[in-house]
Amino acid sequence: MKSIIDYIKEIISAVWSLLKGMQVTGYYFIRPKTIVTQKYPENRKTLVMMERFKGEVVMPHNEKNEHKCTGCGICEINCPNGTIEIISKTITTEDGKKKRVIDKHIYRLGMCTFCALCVKTCPSNALAFSQEFEHAVFNKALLTKVLNKPGSQLMKGVE
Amino acid sequence: MPFDIYDFTSFTQWIDTSLRSSMSPAGAVAVEFLIVGVMILLFYAVIGLFLVYAERKVCAFMQNRLGPNRVGPFGMFQTIADLVKLLLVELVPIRNADKFLFNLAPFIVITASFMAISAIPFAKGLHAIDLNIGVLYVIAVSAMGVIGVLLAGWSSNNKYSLIGAMRSGAQIVSYELSVGLSLITIVILAGSMQLSEIVNAQSTGWFIFKGHIPAFIAFVIFLISSTAETNRGPFDLAEAESELTAGYHTEYSGIKFAFFFLAEYMNMFIVASIAATVFLGGWMPFHIGSWNGFNAIMDYLPPFIWYLLKTFFVVFLMMWFKWTFPRLRIDQLLTLEWKYLLPINMMNVLIMAFIVLMGWHF
Repeated sequence: MKSIIDYIKEIISAVWSLLKGMQVTGYYFIRPKTIVTQKYPENRKTLVMMERFKGEVVMPHNEKNEHKCTGCGICEINCPNGTIEIISKTITTEDGKKKRVIDKHIYRLGMCTFCALCVKTCPSNALAFSQEFEHAVFNKALLTKVLNKPGSQLMKGVE
Repeated sequence: MPFDIYDFTSFTQWIDTSLRSSMSPAGAVAVEFLIVGVMILLFYAVIGLFLVYAERKVCAFMQNRLGPNRVGPFGMFQTIADLVKLLLVELVPIRNADKFLFNLAPFIVITASFMAISAIPFAKGLHAIDLNIGVLYVIAVSAMGVIGVLLAGWSSNNKYSLIGAMRSGAQIVSYELSVGLSLITIVILAGSMQLSEIVNAQSTGWFIFKGHIPAFIAFVIFLISSTAETNRGPFDLAEAESELTAGYHTEYSGIKFAFFFLAEYMNMFIVASIAATVFLGGWMPFHIGSWNGFNAIMDYLPPFIWYLLKTFFVVFLMMWFKWTFPRLRIDQLLTLEWKYLLPINMMNVLIMAFIVLMGWHF
């Protein structure tokens, strides 16, 4: 007798759990607002990427055209596939000291795997990721970029 | 030309008499065969294409996606584009395959579903063959598809295909019992196996309401076992993608694959039609007792629309199952049939017979 009651109980609990599952899918079916798909080429204008999205490496400049890169070369050493190349120059400051600053921070987008080792290891937080992801170009040379803007200087207080 | 959307009897009679007046009786029958064949073929193709689209949309909405939305408005022409692609795809010849059986298998599968669709009453007077053993005929013919599946698996000379076909064989042989018994429950209530009589008997109330709880249990069992019979999820072991690539039709390509694909969707439609005919009143409008005003409003909808509405309701239920439940293992599948559905079904038939004997149904 007990086994028959258990049998019926099992059937009822099984049907109950199946109905619960159908409730979840039915809930989503009648609510088109829960759709997460984005229609990409149509919504380019309003598209907002995620804050931590790794688009491409950039060097943020402030409004006085100053960056934080000291030219230490740690990013160049850390890069696993030779994407970054730093060309530095030596200048003489106002008080007569000789100082090494960057001439060009070359970044080869075509070789980058977006591992973020350069951004993480930069001691002065000079590098960052932008949210730009439409990288396609017709000329391969356009993928080699110079990150520091022309005429930019090292930010005061960053050594 | 007496055309009445509510009753096709006079229309078909008119075609018959006008054909017979212009040619010999044998010629008239031949032309009628041709008309019915072409009509069913067209219906088959249109419904097949629509079902593929509907399935993709329903599945997408249940998974918080959009589904096809590029080809035409709301992606409506997606399946037509898919069909054109399938027709243009190369038919890959399989080395060491049994050529004759390999080519025969898709035709058996699609013929079985063609034969089943011809016995379904679409509307009043719109019924290709009204056999007096309609229910038995439909069960027998729809089970014929498994021969095609087994042949496809055997002749492909491929392990995946063979395993898929064998699973499908075990599955259909088991679940055929449940389909039969759940229909028998209603045949007891209707007192007839003729599909047109079953529909007519439901003019005062659909069998799912007339037969109280046993009829509802029979409906649920029919839904489960017919889903299994058509090899659809969650019982799609025969073509379990993650284990068997595509099961019995792994080696098929192009139009031969399209035949299997179309037959799968049409089998779903046929099974849903039978569920709608036997349990939900076929093309009968929804009537409630003596609410004459309400009944008159319901009568405004043509029977064909009622039939389609009910059928697509059942189709939607089957899609809902498919995209909610995970696939069963083969032992779970057979346990479900032999330890649960079959005993419940047998008890159900007894209870229904008792109810009919005592005259408790209304």
